[in-house]
This record gives sequence, structure tokens and C-alpha cells, in this order.
Amino acid sequence: MTPWRRIDRLGLLLSALGAAALVLLPFVVFKANRIVPGEPHGLFEVLPAWAAWGSLAALVLAAAVALTVPGAKLRLAAALLGVGVLSLAVAAAADALTPAGNRVVRVAPGAAFWLLLVCLGLMATDAITRLRPGPLARVLLLAVLVAIAGAALAHGTFDNLSVMREYAVNAGRFAHEVRQHVWLSLGSLAAAAVVALPIGIACHRLPRWRAGVLATLNVIETIPAVALFGILMAPLGALAAALPWAGELGIRGIGAAPAAVALFLYALLPIVANTVAGLRRVSRAAVEAAHGMGMTNWQVLTHIELLLALPVILTGIRVVLVQNIGMVTIAALIGGGGLGTFVFQGIGQTAIDLVLLGAIPIVSLAFAAAVLLDALAELTDRAPA
Amino acid sequence: MISVEKLTKQYGTTTVVDEVSFAVERSSISVIVGTSGSGKSTLLRMINRLVEPTSGRVLLDGTDTRSEPAHLLRRRIGYVIQGHGLFPHRTVAENIATVPRLLGWEESRIRARVEELLRVFQLDPLTYAGAFPHQLSGGQQQRVGVARALAAEPAVLLMDEPFGALDPIIRAKAQEDLLDIQRRFGTTIVLVTHDMDEAFRLGDRVAVMSQGRLLQYARPAVLLTHPADPLVSRMTGLSDRAMKLLSLTTAGEAALPGRGEGPAVAASASLREALSELVWSGAAGAVVIGADGQPCGQLTVAAILARGRP
Repeated sequence: MTPWRRIDRLGLLLSALGAAALVLLPFVVFKANRIVPGEPHGLFEVLPAWAAWGSLAALVLAAAVALTVPGAKLRLAAALLGVGVLSLAVAAAADALTPAGNRVVRVAPGAAFWLLLVCLGLMATDAITRLRPGPLARVLLLAVLVAIAGAALAHGTFDNLSVMREYAVNAGRFAHEVRQHVWLSLGSLAAAAVVALPIGIACHRLPRWRAGVLATLNVIETIPAVALFGILMAPLGALAAALPWAGELGIRGIGAAPAAVALFLYALLPIVANTVAGLRRVSRAAVEAAHGMGMTNWQVLTHIELLLALPVILTGIRVVLVQNIGMVTIAALIGGGGLGTFVFQGIGQTAIDLVLLGAIPIVSLAFAAAVLLDALAELTDRAPA
Repeated sequence: MISVEKLTKQYGTTTVVDEVSFAVERSSISVIVGTSGSGKSTLLRMINRLVEPTSGRVLLDGTDTRSEPAHLLRRRIGYVIQGHGLFPHRTVAENIATVPRLLGWEESRIRARVEELLRVFQLDPLTYAGAFPHQLSGGQQQRVGVARALAAEPAVLLMDEPFGALDPIIRAKAQEDLLDIQRRFGTTIVLVTHDMDEAFRLGDRVAVMSQGRLLQYARPAVLLTHPADPLVSRMTGLSDRAMKLLSLTTAGEAALPGRGEGPAVAASASLREALSELVWSGAAGAVVIGADGQPCGQLTVAAILARGRP
């Protein structure tokens, strides 16, 4: 085997990309205030020499492991070490560039930081994929990462970074918008599940319905979100005007109501389709035996069919939840609230830090939801097909 | 025990089962045999009302099966289908406990019954109680399927092609086991198959069906010696009917008094096997050995041959 063969190809790509980013792109961007253009700084310009060399050493170590070590556990550890050091370095850079007590200057992570984060993230993901951890191990890993990130945020490690500056200004609203975001995502999902499960069961029992129902739901799915908000404004507005109590409940042409209704409609297709697919995969012999042994129709449905279809149904619910968390962002456009408020406000003010204040939690929520529901679907799958 | 009276099932204008009547004695095995599409499965499924008859009725111990809700009736009747139909998300023990749970047995009684059945079916409870169906071999899955059907001690067991998915060697073993179990529990069994050899091996009585009609319902030997319809003799097979007839009688049943000379033949062996032994050894007679290992009679080639014709 030639030495080239032993070099990990993904590791080579990631190392080259990371090295180029570190050399060519700014590590942090310093702005005297929120509006003026920023000035780029490299890693060695802002950090004391020992810290800069230390950070570089950790990154080189991660690259070396990525290039030469085949063991997935070691690769994961190196990637996570790299992410930790990188985060500490950017926090330290912000601290170093911010004069004591100054709340006007903004220090944002630069392109090099983001690219390095992506490279290390890919390395970690690749290692986790190779490790094939069980569902509980994945949830545990997620919990540890969340705990570390939470502890760092609570400790104020990143307080001098621009995103956290935006957070400090919006702290009160932030908690409210996170709640609103989660509430809209989960509420519309729950309502859709309550409606879609019986529809899915009916479609399974009555094949004549199936094509028509799924085609209708498919059409809904193709309407762009913003267009659906628009379509819903008129009837919901009319409803609020006609029935004063509906308006008092919060049902209006704009706001959370049309957003929730739209998300509900979008959620129907994945849940109905997966319920049908899940029920179809249940062994006919098992259902026949269940009837033959004297289970009532309700018992056959709840003890046998739905339990066996559950992993597939949960996969549909995972799709909906991740899709909802992303789509609630747009609800901010029509006054629905949620983290999208910061995103669109930031776009309006060309304040990229404010956009990130909305975007980073949205991505994190979607990621956590995906990991949790994947694990749940796997745990409920006691019957390998 | 079971009395089927003029049972008919029509789907639209098609008659799947046409005025079928027969009776099954307590603790006996009746086998319904027929080609695919003969209506044999539908007939079986009307006994536990998985299919509701268009007309006619089924009496169980003299009581019309329609006098109680179908699901309560089915809890009293064991049911085994081809490909076992085990619940893949439940362990072997949970599968077997299905009907006792539905009937609300106490947990301790359920556990004892499950353990007993696992032992009867030669499955070590320690190894298999907690296993999932996909971890078992085909033969083991089939045994668990039968154990599950017998869990609540039903007086009647219905079996729809129960051995259809097994390979020939495991199938023969499963058939032997079924006969043992049937003798042990005294269960009344109605079994559906398309395999005439299986019907002859297992059935006290065999019902031959074709196109929804019952052609003949009789002991296996009678089907061979007095077929009621040319189709019956076609299905039982003309070319080897003498050998089939011989295989229905044991050496013990046909043994003549006296010691005799020649090779030893077990009393439990069929006359077909005894004849084969005599042809092979070239002897004119054989000594019949009883279960106690002592000679209990003799057989001659002529005596065996006389049993091979009506």
C-alpha cells in the first residue's frame, strides 16, 4: 500500500479547507459600533502568542488525526476537542478586542471561524456515522453537548461576541420568542397528528380513499408557505370579523393563527402517508392471527397494527417537526412571532448578528428534534423487517 | 363436538362454500383437504366466524356459535395459520400469553402455563421465553404458534395449513408432535391442508372438498376403498392406493397369533413399512415386536397383501 492510500480522503479535504481558511480569511471581524464596516483580524493578531499557538496546535492535532487515524472514536474526540478550542479562541479574541466596559464595539466570528467549525463538524459527523452509536448513546451525546453549551453560555464565556451582545439587548423578547417558536411547532404538530392518524388508518382500511386523500394533501404541500399565509388571511380575517369571540381567542387574518393553520395543513401529508406506509408493512398473518385469537377490532388496531407501524409513523412525525421548526421562521413575516422575528429584523437592519441570534437557535432546535425523534423511532422498532 | 350444518358462503353471485355439513367427534382430528380455491379455508374460518356464513350454522357442543359475540367465541377456540402469524414486537412468552391475557387470567397462572407449554414444545423457557420471534428457526416459530393457540386450554383447535411453510423433514416432525399433543390434551382438531399425504397421516376423518362442495367425509381407508366420487380417487391417487391403504394399518393391528420366523418389525410400524422390510430381506414372514420389546405375533407376506385391497 502506498502512503497516499493511507491518507484519509475526507480528512485531506477538510484539513486543506481548514488550513486555507485559517491563512486566507479573517478569524474575527471588529467593528467600532454596530453600523460601521468591520476590519478583519487573524488569529495571531488578537490573541496572546501562547493562546494563538495553543489553539493552532489543537487544530493541527485535529488535522493530523483526520489525515492519518482510522479509529472513529479518536477522530470524534479530536473533532470535539477542535470545536472546543475554536470556541474558546473566538471568545478570547472577543474579550481581547473589547475595551473593558465598552458595550458599543462588536466582535463577530469571521469566515475562517465558520469554515473551521464546518470542517470539524463534518469530521465529527463522519466519525459518529462510522461509530453507529445506539439511540440512547446518541441522545446522551446530544445531552452532553447541550449541557456544555448551556454551561458556557450561563458562565458568560461568549458575552463579548456580537451575537451575545444582540442577545443582551433582546434578552426579554428572546425567551418569549423561543417559547412561541416551540409552541407553534409542537402545537400544530399535535393538532395534525390527532387529525392525520385517523385519516391514515381510514386510508389503510379503505383503499378507494387512499389515492384521493393523498393527492389532495400533496396539492397542499406544493403551495408555497407565504402564498398559503396569504390564502388563509381572507377566511380567517372574515371569521374574526363575523365572530367576535373568535377574534378574542386570537384567530385573526394575521398573527399566529394563520401560521398555525398553515403548519397544520403542511403536517398532514407526512403523517398520513407514513401512517399508511407503516400499517401496510404490518404482517397480514399477525393481524389475521390477532383476530383469530379473539382480539376486538380496537385491540387489533392499538395492540398490534399501530404498535408495529409506530416506528414509521414516528419517522413521519420527525419530518414534520423538523419541517415545522424551520417553517415557523416565516411565520414572523405575518406577525406570528417566533425566532424568525430576529431573522427578519436583522435582515431589515442589515444586522447579521441579529439574524444569527434567530438562526442559530432555530438550527439547534431542529437538530435536537431530529436526534431525539430518530432515537425514539429506533427504540420503538422491536420488529426488524 | 362440532356440528357443521348446511354451511354456505356466497360473495356476490359466487358460491365459495356450498351447503357443507359434517360433524367432528370430541378428541378427534378431522382434516379438510382440497385444491386451492376449493373453499376449504373459508369453511374453516366460518367455524370461528372470521368469515360469517351466508346461511347454515355451526354448533359447538350443541350451542349455535352465533349465540355470543364473535371475539368471545374465538377466545375459546385455538387458531393456527400458515406462516405462524406471531406478533413480531412481542416476546415468545408474551405471544403465548395472548389469549390468557385477553381472558384476564392471573399473572402467576399465565406464567405457569407459558412455562408448561414451552416445555411441552421442547423449547427451554430460560432460552426462549424472552426471545423475539425473528430470533427463532422456522420450526420453532411454528411450535410457538401452536403453543399460543393452545395457551387457554381450548377444547377445539383450528389449523389452516399449519405446516405449509416448513421443509419436509421438519414438517414430518411437526406432524408427529401434533399427534402427541393431541393425545396429551385431548383437543378436538380441524385442520386444513392441500397435501393428501398429510391428511392421511393426521386425519381420523378426512373431508375432501372441490369447488365449494364436500365430496366425501370419511375415514382415510374408506376414501380409498369406497370413493364416493371419481374426483376423490383422483385426489387420493390411483397408482399407489394399495400402498396408501397399507400405510393406514399398523403391524400390531394386523398381527396374527403365533411366533413365526423372520426379521423383527415393530408393532407401531405400518404394514407398508413391514412389507418393505420383507421385500428387502427376502423373507416370507416377520416377527412383530410389541412396545415392551417382546414378540406379540407374526405377519406373512400373504396376510399383508390381503390388507392392501378392499
